[in-house]
Amino acid sequence: MAQNPSVDTLRSPLGRVRGLGSARGGTHHWFMQRVTSAALLPLTIWFAVNAVFTLAGASYEVAAQWVAQPWNAVLLLALVLATFHHVAAGLQVVIEDYAASEAGKLVGILLVKAICWLLALASVLAVLRVAI
Amino acid sequence: MSMQDSREAAMIGRRTDGTTVRRPLSPHLQVYDMMQMSSFSSILNRITGVAWSLGVVLLVWWLVALAMGEPAYQTAMTAMSHPIGLLVLVSMTVAAWYHTLAGLRHLNWDIGRGFEIPAMYRSGWAVFIGTVVLSVLTWLPAIPGAVEWIAAQINANS
Repeated sequence: MAQNPSVDTLRSPLGRVRGLGSARGGTHHWFMQRVTSAALLPLTIWFAVNAVFTLAGASYEVAAQWVAQPWNAVLLLALVLATFHHVAAGLQVVIEDYAASEAGKLVGILLVKAICWLLALASVLAVLRVAI
Repeated sequence: MSMQDSREAAMIGRRTDGTTVRRPLSPHLQVYDMMQMSSFSSILNRITGVAWSLGVVLLVWWLVALAMGEPAYQTAMTAMSHPIGLLVLVSMTVAAWYHTLAGLRHLNWDIGRGFEIPAMYRSGWAVFIGTVVLSVLTWLPAIPGAVEWIAAQINANS
Protein backbone atom coordinates (compact mmCIF):
# COMPACT_ATOMS: atom_id res chain seq x y z
CA MET A 1 0.00 0.00 0.00
CA ALA A 2 1.75 3.12 -1.24
CA GLN A 3 -0.38 5.71 0.49
CA ASN A 4 -2.90 5.69 3.30
CA PRO A 5 -6.42 6.46 2.12
CA SER A 6 -7.83 9.73 3.43
CA VAL A 7 -11.41 10.84 3.81
CA ASP A 8 -11.98 14.37 2.52
CA THR A 9 -15.63 15.08 3.08
CA LEU A 10 -17.46 17.07 5.77
CA ARG A 11 -19.93 14.28 6.54
CA SER A 12 -19.14 12.00 9.45
CA PRO A 13 -18.22 8.35 8.74
CA LEU A 14 -21.42 7.17 10.46
CA GLY A 15 -23.55 9.58 8.44
CA ARG A 16 -22.02 8.39 5.21
CA VAL A 17 -22.55 4.73 6.01
CA ARG A 18 -26.15 5.38 6.99
CA GLY A 19 -26.70 7.27 3.77
CA LEU A 20 -25.37 4.44 1.64
CA GLY A 21 -28.44 2.47 0.74
CA SER A 22 -32.17 2.69 0.46
CA ALA A 23 -33.97 1.65 3.61
CA ARG A 24 -36.82 0.13 1.61
CA GLY A 25 -35.30 -1.73 -1.33
CA GLY A 26 -31.90 -2.76 0.01
CA THR A 27 -32.69 -6.47 0.11
CA HIS A 28 -34.95 -6.63 -2.96
CA HIS A 29 -32.22 -7.70 -5.40
CA TRP A 30 -30.90 -10.36 -3.05
CA PHE A 31 -34.38 -11.58 -2.11
CA MET A 32 -35.58 -11.88 -5.73
CA GLN A 33 -32.45 -13.89 -6.53
CA ARG A 34 -33.53 -16.44 -3.88
CA VAL A 35 -37.19 -16.36 -5.00
CA THR A 36 -36.29 -17.02 -8.64
CA SER A 37 -33.86 -19.76 -7.58
CA ALA A 38 -36.67 -21.48 -5.65
CA ALA A 39 -38.99 -21.13 -8.68
CA LEU A 40 -36.31 -22.41 -11.05
CA LEU A 41 -35.74 -25.58 -9.04
CA PRO A 42 -39.00 -27.37 -10.06
CA LEU A 43 -39.15 -25.60 -13.46
CA THR A 44 -35.64 -26.65 -14.47
CA ILE A 45 -36.10 -30.24 -13.29
CA TRP A 46 -39.42 -30.39 -15.19
CA PHE A 47 -37.72 -29.17 -18.38
CA ALA A 48 -34.68 -31.44 -17.91
CA VAL A 49 -36.91 -34.54 -17.51
CA ASN A 50 -38.86 -33.60 -20.66
CA ALA A 51 -35.66 -32.77 -22.54
CA VAL A 52 -34.21 -36.21 -21.74
CA PHE A 53 -37.33 -38.33 -22.35
CA THR A 54 -39.27 -36.37 -25.03
CA LEU A 55 -37.21 -33.68 -26.72
CA ALA A 56 -33.74 -35.26 -27.15
CA GLY A 57 -33.47 -36.04 -30.87
CA ALA A 58 -37.19 -35.35 -31.37
CA SER A 59 -38.58 -34.58 -34.83
CA TYR A 60 -39.86 -31.08 -35.61
CA GLU A 61 -43.49 -32.24 -35.29
CA VAL A 62 -42.97 -33.91 -31.90
CA ALA A 63 -41.06 -30.90 -30.48
CA ALA A 64 -43.57 -28.35 -31.82
CA GLN A 65 -46.53 -30.35 -30.49
CA TRP A 66 -44.85 -30.60 -27.10
CA VAL A 67 -44.31 -26.81 -26.88
CA ALA A 68 -47.87 -26.21 -28.12
CA GLN A 69 -49.41 -28.13 -25.20
CA PRO A 70 -50.97 -25.37 -23.05
CA TRP A 71 -49.33 -26.43 -19.79
CA ASN A 72 -45.96 -26.92 -21.42
CA ALA A 73 -46.21 -23.45 -23.01
CA VAL A 74 -47.14 -21.83 -19.68
CA LEU A 75 -44.34 -23.58 -17.80
CA LEU A 76 -41.85 -22.73 -20.57
CA LEU A 77 -42.80 -19.04 -20.30
CA ALA A 78 -42.36 -19.21 -16.52
CA LEU A 79 -39.01 -21.00 -16.97
CA VAL A 80 -37.73 -18.39 -19.44
CA LEU A 81 -38.82 -15.39 -17.34
CA ALA A 82 -37.47 -16.77 -14.05
CA THR A 83 -34.25 -17.87 -15.77
CA PHE A 84 -33.45 -14.47 -17.27
CA HIS A 85 -34.34 -12.63 -14.06
CA HIS A 86 -31.94 -14.93 -12.19
CA VAL A 87 -29.23 -14.67 -14.90
CA ALA A 88 -29.41 -10.85 -14.94
CA ALA A 89 -29.32 -10.66 -11.12
CA GLY A 90 -26.42 -13.10 -10.86
CA LEU A 91 -24.27 -11.60 -13.61
CA GLN A 92 -24.90 -8.12 -12.18
CA VAL A 93 -23.35 -9.16 -8.85
CA VAL A 94 -20.38 -10.76 -10.61
CA ILE A 95 -19.77 -7.54 -12.56
CA GLU A 96 -20.19 -5.41 -9.43
CA ASP A 97 -17.58 -7.53 -7.63
CA TYR A 98 -14.92 -7.63 -10.34
CA ALA A 99 -15.32 -4.55 -12.58
CA ALA A 100 -12.34 -2.28 -12.02
CA SER A 101 -13.90 1.04 -13.06
CA GLU A 102 -17.24 2.62 -12.27
CA ALA A 103 -17.89 3.24 -15.98
CA GLY A 104 -17.11 -0.37 -16.90
CA LYS A 105 -19.41 -1.55 -14.14
CA LEU A 106 -22.31 0.59 -15.39
CA VAL A 107 -21.85 -0.34 -19.04
CA GLY A 108 -21.42 -4.03 -18.19
CA ILE A 109 -24.58 -4.21 -16.08
CA LEU A 110 -26.67 -2.31 -18.65
CA LEU A 111 -25.34 -4.56 -21.42
CA VAL A 112 -26.17 -7.73 -19.46
CA LYS A 113 -29.67 -6.43 -18.73
CA ALA A 114 -30.26 -5.48 -22.36
CA ILE A 115 -29.13 -8.90 -23.62
CA CYS A 116 -31.25 -10.68 -20.99
CA TRP A 117 -34.33 -8.65 -21.94
CA LEU A 118 -33.86 -9.32 -25.66
CA LEU A 119 -33.25 -13.06 -25.19
CA ALA A 120 -36.24 -13.34 -22.84
CA LEU A 121 -38.52 -11.48 -25.26
CA ALA A 122 -37.30 -13.59 -28.20
CA SER A 123 -37.98 -16.78 -26.21
CA VAL A 124 -41.45 -15.61 -25.16
CA LEU A 125 -42.33 -14.67 -28.75
CA ALA A 126 -41.05 -18.07 -29.96
CA VAL A 127 -43.11 -20.02 -27.41
CA LEU A 128 -46.25 -18.00 -28.19
CA ARG A 129 -45.75 -18.41 -31.94
CA VAL A 130 -45.50 -22.18 -31.63
CA ALA A 131 -48.28 -22.48 -29.04
CA ILE A 132 -50.94 -20.14 -30.45
CA MET B 1 -5.47 7.55 -1.89
CA SER B 2 -8.48 9.77 -1.29
CA MET B 3 -12.11 8.82 -1.37
CA GLN B 4 -13.89 9.91 -4.56
CA ASP B 5 -17.21 8.19 -4.09
CA SER B 6 -19.28 8.08 -0.90
CA ARG B 7 -19.95 4.38 -1.63
CA GLU B 8 -16.30 3.76 -0.83
CA ALA B 9 -16.90 4.74 2.80
CA ALA B 10 -17.53 1.12 3.74
CA MET B 11 -14.24 0.12 2.12
CA ILE B 12 -12.12 2.35 4.38
CA GLY B 13 -11.36 1.13 7.87
CA ARG B 14 -9.21 2.28 10.76
CA ARG B 15 -6.29 0.50 12.35
CA THR B 16 -5.98 0.45 16.16
CA ASP B 17 -3.40 3.25 15.92
CA GLY B 18 -5.99 5.42 14.19
CA THR B 19 -4.53 5.42 10.68
CA THR B 20 -6.90 4.60 7.84
CA VAL B 21 -6.61 1.48 5.69
CA ARG B 22 -8.33 0.41 2.49
CA ARG B 23 -10.17 -2.88 3.09
CA PRO B 24 -9.77 -5.68 0.54
CA LEU B 25 -12.75 -6.42 -1.76
CA SER B 26 -14.67 -9.53 -0.73
CA PRO B 27 -14.19 -12.02 -3.59
CA HIS B 28 -10.42 -11.71 -3.38
CA LEU B 29 -9.12 -14.63 -5.45
CA GLN B 30 -5.44 -13.84 -4.82
CA VAL B 31 -5.59 -13.75 -1.02
CA TYR B 32 -7.52 -16.88 -0.10
CA ASP B 33 -6.40 -20.48 -0.55
CA MET B 34 -8.74 -21.52 -3.35
CA MET B 35 -8.23 -25.23 -2.71
CA GLN B 36 -10.22 -25.12 0.54
CA MET B 37 -13.74 -26.54 0.51
CA SER B 38 -15.29 -23.19 1.48
CA SER B 39 -13.58 -21.01 -1.14
CA PHE B 40 -13.47 -23.65 -3.90
CA SER B 41 -17.16 -24.57 -3.68
CA SER B 42 -18.03 -20.86 -3.53
CA ILE B 43 -16.08 -19.74 -6.62
CA LEU B 44 -17.22 -22.86 -8.51
CA ASN B 45 -20.83 -21.80 -7.85
CA ARG B 46 -20.05 -18.50 -9.58
CA ILE B 47 -18.20 -20.09 -12.47
CA THR B 48 -20.98 -22.64 -13.10
CA GLY B 49 -23.56 -19.85 -12.83
CA VAL B 50 -21.81 -17.79 -15.50
CA ALA B 51 -21.32 -20.93 -17.66
CA TRP B 52 -25.00 -21.84 -17.34
CA SER B 53 -25.96 -18.23 -18.24
CA LEU B 54 -24.08 -18.71 -21.52
CA GLY B 55 -25.63 -22.16 -21.99
CA VAL B 56 -29.15 -20.75 -21.71
CA VAL B 57 -28.55 -19.27 -25.18
CA LEU B 58 -28.91 -22.86 -26.47
CA LEU B 59 -32.45 -23.00 -25.02
CA VAL B 60 -33.28 -19.68 -26.70
CA TRP B 61 -31.80 -20.94 -29.97
CA TRP B 62 -33.88 -24.15 -29.74
CA LEU B 63 -37.12 -22.21 -29.04
CA VAL B 64 -36.54 -19.59 -31.75
CA ALA B 65 -35.57 -22.29 -34.29
CA LEU B 66 -38.77 -24.15 -33.46
CA ALA B 67 -40.78 -20.97 -34.08
CA MET B 68 -38.94 -20.27 -37.36
CA GLY B 69 -39.83 -23.63 -38.88
CA GLU B 70 -38.46 -27.05 -39.73
CA PRO B 71 -35.23 -26.08 -41.61
CA ALA B 72 -34.04 -23.83 -38.74
CA TYR B 73 -35.00 -26.54 -36.23
CA GLN B 74 -33.02 -29.16 -38.18
CA THR B 75 -29.97 -26.85 -38.23
CA ALA B 76 -30.17 -26.38 -34.46
CA MET B 77 -30.61 -30.11 -33.82
CA THR B 78 -27.72 -30.98 -36.17
CA ALA B 79 -25.44 -28.53 -34.36
CA MET B 80 -26.45 -29.83 -30.92
CA SER B 81 -25.98 -33.49 -31.88
CA HIS B 82 -22.53 -32.80 -33.38
CA PRO B 83 -19.75 -34.12 -31.07
CA ILE B 84 -18.79 -30.52 -30.15
CA GLY B 85 -22.45 -29.64 -29.53
CA LEU B 86 -22.83 -32.73 -27.35
CA LEU B 87 -19.66 -31.81 -25.43
CA VAL B 88 -21.15 -28.37 -24.76
CA LEU B 89 -24.46 -29.92 -23.65
CA VAL B 90 -22.71 -32.42 -21.34
CA SER B 91 -20.54 -29.66 -19.80
CA MET B 92 -23.67 -27.57 -19.39
CA THR B 93 -25.41 -30.45 -17.60
CA VAL B 94 -22.52 -30.76 -15.13
CA ALA B 95 -22.44 -26.97 -14.55
CA ALA B 96 -26.24 -26.87 -14.16
CA TRP B 97 -26.35 -29.69 -11.61
CA TYR B 98 -23.46 -28.19 -9.62
CA HIS B 99 -25.10 -24.74 -9.59
CA THR B 100 -28.48 -26.27 -8.64
CA LEU B 101 -27.08 -28.33 -5.75
CA ALA B 102 -24.78 -25.52 -4.56
CA GLY B 103 -27.81 -23.22 -4.77
CA LEU B 104 -29.74 -25.55 -2.44
CA ARG B 105 -26.73 -25.42 -0.08
CA HIS B 106 -26.91 -21.60 -0.21
CA LEU B 107 -30.69 -21.55 0.44
CA ASN B 108 -30.05 -23.71 3.51
CA TRP B 109 -27.46 -21.18 4.71
CA ASP B 110 -29.90 -18.36 3.95
CA ILE B 111 -32.35 -19.77 6.50
CA GLY B 112 -29.48 -19.87 8.99
CA ARG B 113 -28.64 -23.58 8.98
CA GLY B 114 -25.52 -25.62 8.21
CA PHE B 115 -22.83 -23.08 9.11
CA GLU B 116 -20.85 -25.43 11.39
CA ILE B 117 -17.52 -26.42 9.80
CA PRO B 118 -18.25 -30.21 9.75
CA ALA B 119 -21.72 -29.53 8.24
CA MET B 120 -20.12 -27.21 5.66
CA TYR B 121 -17.70 -29.98 4.60
CA ARG B 122 -20.51 -32.58 4.50
CA SER B 123 -22.76 -30.41 2.32
CA GLY B 124 -19.79 -29.50 0.10
CA TRP B 125 -18.95 -33.15 -0.58
CA ALA B 126 -22.65 -33.92 -1.07
CA VAL B 127 -22.77 -31.23 -3.78
CA PHE B 128 -19.67 -32.62 -5.55
CA ILE B 129 -20.84 -36.26 -5.43
CA GLY B 130 -24.43 -35.30 -6.27
CA THR B 131 -23.24 -33.38 -9.33
CA VAL B 132 -21.44 -36.44 -10.70
CA VAL B 133 -24.33 -38.84 -9.94
CA LEU B 134 -27.07 -36.59 -11.38
CA SER B 135 -25.01 -35.70 -14.47
CA VAL B 136 -24.49 -39.42 -15.22
CA LEU B 137 -28.20 -40.14 -14.59
CA THR B 138 -29.21 -37.30 -16.94
CA TRP B 139 -27.16 -38.75 -19.81
CA LEU B 140 -27.83 -42.43 -19.01
CA PRO B 141 -30.71 -42.67 -21.56
CA ALA B 142 -28.30 -41.41 -24.25
CA ILE B 143 -25.68 -44.14 -23.68
CA PRO B 144 -27.23 -46.87 -25.95
CA GLY B 145 -27.38 -44.35 -28.81
CA ALA B 146 -23.80 -43.23 -28.15
CA VAL B 147 -22.52 -46.85 -28.15
CA GLU B 148 -24.37 -47.47 -31.44
CA TRP B 149 -22.84 -44.31 -32.93
CA ILE B 150 -19.29 -45.27 -31.87
CA ALA B 151 -19.80 -48.79 -33.27
CA ALA B 152 -20.99 -47.30 -36.57
CA GLN B 153 -17.89 -45.07 -36.72
CA ILE B 154 -15.60 -48.04 -36.13
CA ASN B 155 -17.41 -50.08 -38.81
CA ALA B 156 -17.20 -47.20 -41.27
CA ASN B 157 -13.44 -46.90 -40.73
CA SER B 158 -12.61 -50.64 -40.97
